[in-house]
Amino acid sequence: MTDTIALQVTRYRPDRETEPTVEEFAVPLHNDWAVLDGLNHIKDNMDGTLSYRWSCRMGICGSCGMMVNGEPKLTCASFLTDYGRGPVRVEPLAGFPVIRDLVVDISDFLRKLPKVKPWIVREDEEPVGAGEYLQTPAQMDAYRQFSMCINCMLCYSACPVYALDPDFVGPAAIALAQRYNLDSRDQGAEVRLDLLIHPEGIWGCTFVGECTRACPKGVDPAGAIQRYKLTAALHSVKSLLLPRGAR
Amino acid sequence: MTAAFDVLIVGGGAAGLRAAIAVAETDPALRVAVVSKVYPMRSHTVSAEGGAAGVIASGDTLDEHAHDTVSGSDWLADQDAVEVFVQEAPRELIRLEHWGCPWSREPDGHVAVRAFGGMKKMRTWFAADKTGFHMLHSLFQTSLKYDSVTRFDESFVTRLLVDDGRVQGVVAVELASGRVEAIIARTVVLANGGCGRVFPFTTNANINTGDGMALAWRAGAPLKDMEFVQYHPTGLPFTGILITEAARAEGGWLLNKDGYRYLQDYDLGTPSPTPVLRSMELGPRDRLSQAFVHEVEKGRVVDTPYGPVVNLDLRHLGAKLIDSKLPFVRELCLKYQNIDPVTELVPVRPVVHYMMGGIHTDIDGATPITGLYAAGEVACVSINGANRLGSNSLPECLVFGARAGRAAAERARNAPEPGAAASAQVRDEEARLRQLLDRTDGTEEIAGLRVRMQETMEDAAGIYRTGAELAKGADTLRELQDRARSLALEDHSRTFNTQLITALELTNMLDVAEAIIASALQRTESRGAHQRTDFAARDDKQFLAHSLVHRDDDGQHQVELVPVRLTRWPPAERVYGR
Repeated sequence: MTDTIALQVTRYRPDRETEPTVEEFAVPLHNDWAVLDGLNHIKDNMDGTLSYRWSCRMGICGSCGMMVNGEPKLTCASFLTDYGRGPVRVEPLAGFPVIRDLVVDISDFLRKLPKVKPWIVREDEEPVGAGEYLQTPAQMDAYRQFSMCINCMLCYSACPVYALDPDFVGPAAIALAQRYNLDSRDQGAEVRLDLLIHPEGIWGCTFVGECTRACPKGVDPAGAIQRYKLTAALHSVKSLLLPRGAR
Repeated sequence: MTAAFDVLIVGGGAAGLRAAIAVAETDPALRVAVVSKVYPMRSHTVSAEGGAAGVIASGDTLDEHAHDTVSGSDWLADQDAVEVFVQEAPRELIRLEHWGCPWSREPDGHVAVRAFGGMKKMRTWFAADKTGFHMLHSLFQTSLKYDSVTRFDESFVTRLLVDDGRVQGVVAVELASGRVEAIIARTVVLANGGCGRVFPFTTNANINTGDGMALAWRAGAPLKDMEFVQYHPTGLPFTGILITEAARAEGGWLLNKDGYRYLQDYDLGTPSPTPVLRSMELGPRDRLSQAFVHEVEKGRVVDTPYGPVVNLDLRHLGAKLIDSKLPFVRELCLKYQNIDPVTELVPVRPVVHYMMGGIHTDIDGATPITGLYAAGEVACVSINGANRLGSNSLPECLVFGARAGRAAAERARNAPEPGAAASAQVRDEEARLRQLLDRTDGTEEIAGLRVRMQETMEDAAGIYRTGAELAKGADTLRELQDRARSLALEDHSRTFNTQLITALELTNMLDVAEAIIASALQRTESRGAHQRTDFAARDDKQFLAHSLVHRDDDGQHQVELVPVRLTRWPPAERVYGR
């Protein structure tokens, strides 16, 4: 007889319920089962109507972020045995509108992401025939950690500012802007700054640092934002003191 | 009907996004749609680890890359396609570099390359061991700058609209709303990936359910070389998570339970402390996975609750190399296996990884259906033949994604408006989906049938096959197809109904599974990843040919053979390690 652990799962079916409810399922407690394995066990064997997102089950696609015992986590990378004898509470990611059950609406992020121009901006693009742009390992180290963002939305879920001010661009998008700003191949820092210098850009952040703590991939969005603020402050000082051409 | 889009792309992975960008760059006036059942950055490209092959190093040549690919394919690749591929791969990789892909570098700033299985030269570009992740995010983020690209995220395509041999668009379900929508387009590019989930133990993500192959096959496009299923030799037991071939390219060894580098017993060369190209652990995947089966037969493997395993030994590489070249391997081992490869052996076993077969296309991604194109793992050009070499699939997505995108763009500019017949098909499809969703008298459980299908495929179409097992598998699949007509859905909601999607995915997988078995049954020879113990030799006289599976009038799988196209490399013995 396998031990079991209780999963307390938030259910919300907008065509049936006006408020979320909690449903408890007893799932097998195996040493190597992630919380996601527990959810899959429910869907395959107990209740096929439970809705949630998942895909790679190896912590890289960013689909399966949920609140696990109150913290934003990738459910494929959080293990049942990490939660003692349970119960384990599984809720939709905080800070987002819920579509159904454990599925949240992240379209706000998808709308904001293009605004920070997360692509290489150059005045002159070299033809492919000219070969690769050179970039030393040290130059790559300057932006590498910011390129590790998997867009899992855990940082938005952890961010107290985003919860209160939905206009805030948010940690991952700012980190991605910084990823390109710090890339030696990019020349777009100036245009991105114009976008992020607004109140809903970097200045919205109150530097609580929850985003960095929540990131499952070691990205430091809080650091990116602080660094950005410094750049922005210097920039505004320069704008006051220098004519445009000299900035 | 009026086309809302000039080019509609199904799938937002490397091939689909590359195609979208190719269309946008060909003509900014063309309207492009990218329809994906997930957000594009969730696509399975994200899981690719080791690298992308393209000739760039001095001392390497296009001919050598072509020869490695052809011999790796056991001479089943079309050599004209391979020549196009090796020529365009380096340009595509540079283009991706210009779009920001953080390729690992040499100290002087040039792109670095690493060794890979079956490759005679170091030519595999890599971004540490998260190559697919970085490629996908670079492509996705770059795609955001093109205003002509419209995305339909989390929309599941259920049917291709085809009238009079010409594609006219698709029908899709929007997950969030449950809305069934016809998206009319002048051309369609299928780029929605492989089908590893038809097997029980796979590196593939949950989304790899052969949707594109099933859509095309039902619409009348043949599937090619479906019997060739790649088992990657090194997956983690239980999860099936991939441990990249780069681990061996950087110097890792495969050991049996006696600590012996057993590959030396299988005509793959002699052990050497440092990696030797095209030898031992750097042999091709088909041969390494087959060697594992023989070790099991000899009782020289380690038994675990998740079946027999061998060990991957990285300990001698040291923490510094592992952390710089293989950080994801370490992360995955620590997280999912609770072991540290710096100090411990990594248990591994062969795992279904990649589909060499797919929708039959020419070198521009065109299928026999006018206006329908395919690229990436869903397609079969073929450059992979009977066995794909590691690090050829990512550049394949780029090269043939771009070619399909350009070809579709050209065609869209001259294609007539879709005809009226599509509207009837849309109504039929809406009715079918409504009926499935509202049905309350279903008797068959989705998960139960899926498990039965997966077991059947492992038993019948594993690393070694026999005619008897395949025939038995074909019978079981037929029975499962019948049972799948009465799938039980408890979920009748329109809002994010993932049970509806899993039901549709299961029906896709069953069609694909039958195509795999039908092709494997008729190929009475052994070649690359298709090994028949009842026909152990390669038979060039009869089978230097692709299998094409058609759908006949009764919905059955009919197989025909078409010759392989040879240019400069006549069939020869595959030689590794000597």
